[in-house]
Amino acid sequence: MEFLQPATWEEALEARAASRDAVPIAGGTDVMVGINFGRLRPALLLDLTRVPELQQWGTDDGAVRLGAGVPYARVITELGDRLPGLAMAARTIGSPQIRNRGTVGGNLATASPAGDAHPALLAAGAEVEVASVRGTRRIPVADFYRGVKRSALADDELVAAVRIPPRTGPQQYSKIGTRNAMVIAVAAFGLALHPDRRAVGTGIGSAAPTPRRAPAAEEFLAGELDGLWESRAELPPATAARFGELVAGAAAPIDDVRGTARYRVHALSVMARRTLTWAWADYRKGDPACA
Amino acid sequence: MAEVELRVNGTSSRVQLDPRVSLLDALRERLRLTGTKKGCDQGACGACTVLVDGERILACLALAVQYGGREITTVEGLGRPGRLHPLQEAFIRFDGFQCGFCTSGQICSAVGMLAEHRAGVPSVVTPRLAATATPLSEAEIRERMSGNLCRCGAYDGIVDAIQHVAGVDDRAATAEPAADR
Ligand SMILES: Cc1cc2nc3c(=O)[nH]c(=O)nc-3n(C[C@H](O)[C@H](O)[C@H](O)COP(=O)(O)OP(=O)(O)OC[C@H]3O[C@@H](n4cnc5c(N)ncnc54)[C@H](O)[C@@H]3O)c2cc1C
Ligand code: FES
Ligand code: FES
Repeated sequence: MEFLQPATWEEALEARAASRDAVPIAGGTDVMVGINFGRLRPALLLDLTRVPELQQWGTDDGAVRLGAGVPYARVITELGDRLPGLAMAARTIGSPQIRNRGTVGGNLATASPAGDAHPALLAAGAEVEVASVRGTRRIPVADFYRGVKRSALADDELVAAVRIPPRTGPQQYSKIGTRNAMVIAVAAFGLALHPDRRAVGTGIGSAAPTPRRAPAAEEFLAGELDGLWESRAELPPATAARFGELVAGAAAPIDDVRGTARYRVHALSVMARRTLTWAWADYRKGDPACA
Repeated sequence: MAEVELRVNGTSSRVQLDPRVSLLDALRERLRLTGTKKGCDQGACGACTVLVDGERILACLALAVQYGGREITTVEGLGRPGRLHPLQEAFIRFDGFQCGFCTSGQICSAVGMLAEHRAGVPSVVTPRLAATATPLSEAEIRERMSGNLCRCGAYDGIVDAIQHVAGVDDRAATAEPAADR
């Protein structure tokens, strides 16, 4: 087995193009489990941790451009104000040690339906920036997930960054499943209110073959909030309940060892109703970012 | 085979190894530093926690060749018999272990955790928008140490030991800012 540790992004892309069955490694929190148990026997390991561009974030074109290799711990401490939904999701991932190494880029490339970054990225309306020696393209995150652990990444491409619009209103993340090392979400839900666009963003995790949005719920709620954005009046409980039902209706869950499909649907409706209630309460209090 | 320079506890060694060898196996089997334990080999127990440039990571989920030239600290590097690290002393004083298998991971993790807390890193139980300097309550310690399991259930002693050292740290920090140990 070979090991390559490129020091530049160009070298990394060339190595990826030259060896299509190379396995990239960032934080290693998914890859190493496969290696330690012999499930993964790559001919070439491509270490991305020494590529400076991947370890940085900045703002570009109004969006936060988060390098694929920035660990969750830094998302939490450095971006909690701009990307609260993603930071909340990151706080629930694995354990502190996992969060010191695990990355959003690795979560995206693994594309597990249970990955915690996904609902937050869907709700925020993020784009994945992928690159190869052929060039760079941006993929709306909702189109990035293609099946259970399958993504739109071609075999010569790497995830360069994820571009996330900073919050303009309250965001929430909720996950069912005890939060501790080794816990995979039974179901998860991300919500973002976008008062600037009078829009609502949602993301569902662990309740369909891929992470997905709940478009009917988003449209319904945006309609109900028409007028309320300005008045900041109370949200009728029936609206929150209906929103919860529509979110649950977007799921296509399975029964497995972690929970039944029925439980997941129920849990989603409850999480959607609660997160909306919290987010709207924040908005009514004059959520600082909407001033 | 690949060659890597491992810098562990202030000593540098050149090691030839298969690139797929974990940092945990390299420490235990090549450098014979067996203080770091292998509980699960899949990131779930924390027994293999070590410090890299002061940050706590899981050695079982790290590739040895990824860590060439980085400053690695294992439990052997924290203190020596007769000159223990304050956390090692506190674990003894407060019965922070029974069989001891998880202890080196607990102690390395606690060292990293206290540094994170001093740097103002929030946890999931930290009140929202709390600035820095939230005191290390029992709930905070339990959450921040949640990556380290103890099959013997010595958690109460572990929390007491850490809380003791954190309290001492806090006092030292307010009384004499330059205090060092
Ligand atoms: C004990 C434990 C608990 C966990 N808990 C959670 C949890 O609660 N929630 C959760 O979502 N996940 C969890 N995980 C899974 C894992 O930590 C995350 O998926 C993490 O985001 C992976 O990031 P990484 O940098 O460690 O990825 P790696 O392991 O380095 O890589 C993961 C995959 O992405 C590929 N890859 C990495 N970077 C790139 C790139 N830039 N371009 C292209 N491909 C790339 C790799 O080839 C590999 O296929 C857990 C894992 C463990 C071991
Ligand atoms: S041995 Fe590394 S976490 Fe269990
Ligand atoms: S003391 Fe035995 S596992 Fe913790």
